[in-house]
Order: sequence, then structure tokens, then C-alpha cells
Amino acid sequence: MTAEILLQTLASGVLIGLIYALVAIGLTMIFGVMDIVNFAHGEFLMLGMYASFWLFALFALDPMLTLPLTVLMLFAFGVLLYKFVIRRIIDAPMLSQIFTTFGLMILLRGAAQFFWKPDFRSIENSWVSGSVKLAGIQLGKPQLAAGIGAIAVTWLVHAFLTRTKLGAALEATAADKEAAQLMGIDSNRMFALAWGIGAACAGAAGVLLATFFPIFPEVGANFILLAFVVVNLGGFGSVTGAFWAGILVGVIEVMGGLLLGPQFKLAVVLVLFLAVLMFRPQGLMGKS
Amino acid sequence: MMRRTHLVVAAVTIAAVLLPLASSNPAHLNLAILVLMAAQLGVAWNLLGGYAGQVSLGHAAFYGVGAYTSTLLLLNFGINPWLGMLAGGLVAAALSFAFGWSCFRLKGHYFAMATIAVVEIVQIVFTNWEYAGAAVGLTIPMNQRGWGAMVFADKQPYYLLALGLLLLTLATTWAVERSHVGYYLRAIKDEPDAARSIGIRIARYKQVALALSAFFTALGGSLYAQKELYIDPGSVLTTALSIKMALVSILGGVGTMFGPVIGAVVLTTIEELTRAAFGGSGRGTDTMIYAGLIVLIAVYYPSGLVGWWRERVRRVGNKRAAVIADAEAAA
Repeated sequence: MTAEILLQTLASGVLIGLIYALVAIGLTMIFGVMDIVNFAHGEFLMLGMYASFWLFALFALDPMLTLPLTVLMLFAFGVLLYKFVIRRIIDAPMLSQIFTTFGLMILLRGAAQFFWKPDFRSIENSWVSGSVKLAGIQLGKPQLAAGIGAIAVTWLVHAFLTRTKLGAALEATAADKEAAQLMGIDSNRMFALAWGIGAACAGAAGVLLATFFPIFPEVGANFILLAFVVVNLGGFGSVTGAFWAGILVGVIEVMGGLLLGPQFKLAVVLVLFLAVLMFRPQGLMGKS
Repeated sequence: MMRRTHLVVAAVTIAAVLLPLASSNPAHLNLAILVLMAAQLGVAWNLLGGYAGQVSLGHAAFYGVGAYTSTLLLLNFGINPWLGMLAGGLVAAALSFAFGWSCFRLKGHYFAMATIAVVEIVQIVFTNWEYAGAAVGLTIPMNQRGWGAMVFADKQPYYLLALGLLLLTLATTWAVERSHVGYYLRAIKDEPDAARSIGIRIARYKQVALALSAFFTALGGSLYAQKELYIDPGSVLTTALSIKMALVSILGGVGTMFGPVIGAVVLTTIEELTRAAFGGSGRGTDTMIYAGLIVLIAVYYPSGLVGWWRERVRRVGNKRAAVIADAEAAA
């Protein structure tokens, strides 16, 4: 195995890992503020992909151009989903919570199949197509753009959380809901915000993926499992943890694929995930 | 009072379960078989998920191991499916020790997600394992039929088999509920710290529940293989299947003996009816209705149908007591 192949693989692992991180950030944030695991998170990504597909197919608007619009749409969708469904299960047993979001997952997949048919779709000839050679490594432009876009969105979320008052309120709710409430923070509003941001991040990941990944109703399934792993490894509720864990998972996945064959790349990630949980039940970067 | 409710539930269930035999419509019989099989899996899942409070979303691993063990033994060694079924159950119970060892130290969501990872790993292994038919799957030939070979041309025997297996699993649950294991499990579920402080070995009893649960789940898997005469990783080793096992318990009521049976009756009937009515469109209408109902049930009946009924009975009882008290006060 030459160093070139290794570097090439490493680079593509980091790029896809940045997407995993972006999907996981919303998942971990929702968990952080309200202790609910959202099984329908991959469906936000799917909706983001379809939104950019239709804007491209009907109005010839490039996904990179419509990214802000799609993100806003997904934000609104996340908030509405919270208001109409999730709000009712905040204090329900964990089992009902799991099955509510699991049911939403199947429901959204079914809806996508109903409205847009189960066909595989793709966006051809977007602004970002072809590839570039950087320092001897061949990189697809769509993947590169997706990676850069993912870093940008992640940075925005991080900046929001650390530099704005609203972000501080969200972090306060995650740290201690009751105490935050006593300080006058409306936790209901914070929960809605977390769902909005969570959906927006996953939607953004979908848009960034849409230029090089097939678009179909079940596409979320490819990402939700890895996002769970990322959230676990990064520590439930930690945005920074999810970012680094996302990159790590991306690299492990492509390296596993390189060494054992692509059919085993997911298995490599999952086995390592179980191994980590055994020694650090709180995750790689989580606090005990 | 409680005992009478149990008897009523049992009588209704038995009647509902025996009725399909009287029907000459093969669709009814098929639905009844699916209900019984789903109920058996729910009852088996409930042994761990309901009584020990460990939410496993990885039970399809045991189901798949059961289906594959009996089928591989039959195809490669000519071993009788009855023995193969038992072997599948034992293999699954043995594997459950590894499952428990790696997952039991995890709590809540971590446990649930680790169990999902287990199924996905097992699915990848079987999808790439040539000996086990890989992605193509395994087909059981129909050349030998009858009770000895556990292969039948008509559905009635499968109905009886599924019913027998369900009753066996229910009987085991009943025995566990009444044994010291059942009391310890309830203590572990409700008050883990108190249970530990009085010297209950938590890990051991959780493992007992898991091994029993795995054993019966695997028997269900073997029965599925004998009924369908075809298995592949996509049909016996999926997270969706694991979730369904948990779902029937939750819908009916976790930690109750007949909850999963009631849940299976309701859920499977809805699933099959919507599939029959809308499934042909190929547009996912049936899955949308099914999923919408799951959400409604999870949101509005978090304690399941059995819990909802008990609550209702209690409320009616309270109201009666209030009326009587009022009448006495007036007099």
C-alpha cells in the first residue's frame, strides 16, 4: 500500500466524516437539552436532499445557492415537529419516546415515497462537479465543497452557542433545565430551538451531500446509525465532541473499507464502537 | 379483582385465537399465524424488556441466529428441524452471554444503541458469509413434508405450531413471574440501588432474563424459517424486526403477561389490513398509516393498552366509590 493511497483514503475519510459530524451535531444537541434520541434524524437529511433536488429540477437553482433557503425550511420543519409531536412526550417513558421518533422515521420515509416515488434521483452538473488535485491527492469537488460547507455550518452553530445570549440560554437548559427555568429561560422555547437547529444541521448535510450522493426515501438510514455512533463517542450532548468524533468515524470507516473491503466498513465502525463503550460507557470524549 | 381481569383477558385471547381455525378463509388463518408469531416474539422480548427493564433493540440477532442455525443444520447435516430449533435456541442463549457481557454495563440509551449495533454487525457478517448463503439467503426444500419435517403444504399446522410456541413462552413467563427470579427482576427494574444493597446479584438475574428471552426469540426465528422456507439477512436480521418485537410489548403494556399478546393482535391486524388495502399502490401508503398509528399510540398511550385499561378501571372504581360516599353523606 503506497503512502499516496493512504493519504487519499485519509482525505476522503475526513471529508465524509465532516458530514457525519454535521448530522450528529443536531442529534447530540437535541439529546443534550431534552434527553430524547431522535431516530428520525436521518429523515431531516433526506428532506434536505429532496428540497435541494426539487429546487434544482424545477427552478434550475444550484444546491449551493439554495442552501440557506433549505436550511431555513428544515429549521421551520424541526420547530413544527417539536410543537405538534415531541412536546407531548417530554415526560413520557423512554420507550414511548423511542417509538415516537421511530414512528416519525417510518412516517417520513413513507411520505417521501408517496410524494416523490421510491426512485433514485441525482443532481447532475451542479456548480461543483469534477475533481481537483491538491498536494498530490485527487479530490472530488462536490466532496470538497461538502466538507468545507460542513465546517462552515458547524462553526456557525458553535459560534451561536458560545457567543450569543440565545445560545447561552440553550446551553444553560442543557446543563440544568430547572435552574435555567428559574433564571427565566423558557425551556419549551429552548427545546423548539434545539429541534429547529438539529433539523437545520441535518438538512444542511443533506444539501451538501445532494451533489454527489443518490437521493431516495431511505437515504437517511445510511447516516443515522453512524450519527448514533458519533454522538456516543463524542459524548451525548457535546457539539465539539460530535465534531471530532465525526471526523474519527469517517476516517475509521474508509480505512476499514480499504483494509477489509467496502462491505465491512460499517462493521468495523460498529465493532470499534462497542469496544469503546465497553471501556468507556460514557463515550470516548464524554464526561463520566 | 386483578385475578378476574387476568381470567377475562385470557378467555378473550383464547377465543380470539381459536376462532380462525373455524374460518375457511386462508387469509384469516394467515393473519392469525402472523399475530401468534408476533405475540410470541413480543412475550419473549418482554421477559427482558418488560420484567428486567432492559430496552433491547437488538433481538433480531437472536431471531436470525435461531433461523440460521436450524436451517443450516437441516441443509448441511440433515438434522431434523425440531432438533435444529432447540439447537438454535441454545446457540442464541449461549450467544446472549456475550451480548449481556458487552451491553449490560450500559444504561438507557447507550444500551439500546449498543444492541442496535450488535444486530447490524451480525447482519453484515451473514450478508457476506458464503456458507450461510450470503446475501442470496437459504431455501428449505419442500420434498419432505409432515410433522416430522416441520414442513407443510397447508397453513393449519403452522397455526398450531405458532400457538403452541406462544403458549410455551407464556407459560415460561408465568413461571418466571411467580419465581424468586421474577421478584428480583422487578426489584432490579424499580429500585436497582436498593436491590443491590440487599445483595441481589443484578448482573446475574438480568442475564437469566436475557438468556430465556434469547432462547424463545430464536425458537420464533426457526419457526419463521420453517414456515417461509426461505431466509436471508434482510428478512430475519433487521433492526426494524427488533423494533417490532419491542413495539408489540409497548403497545400492549410492558411487564404484563398478556400485554404483548394484545399488542400483537392490534398491531399485526392494522399492519396487514393497511397492507391489503393500500399496499398494492407501491407508494408507501400502508407504511404511512402504520407509522402514523405508532406515533399516535406512543404519544397518547405511553403505558400501553393494558395500562390504559387498568387506569380506566381504577377511575371508574373511584367514581363509583365517590357516588356511594355522596349517597351515604346525603342519607
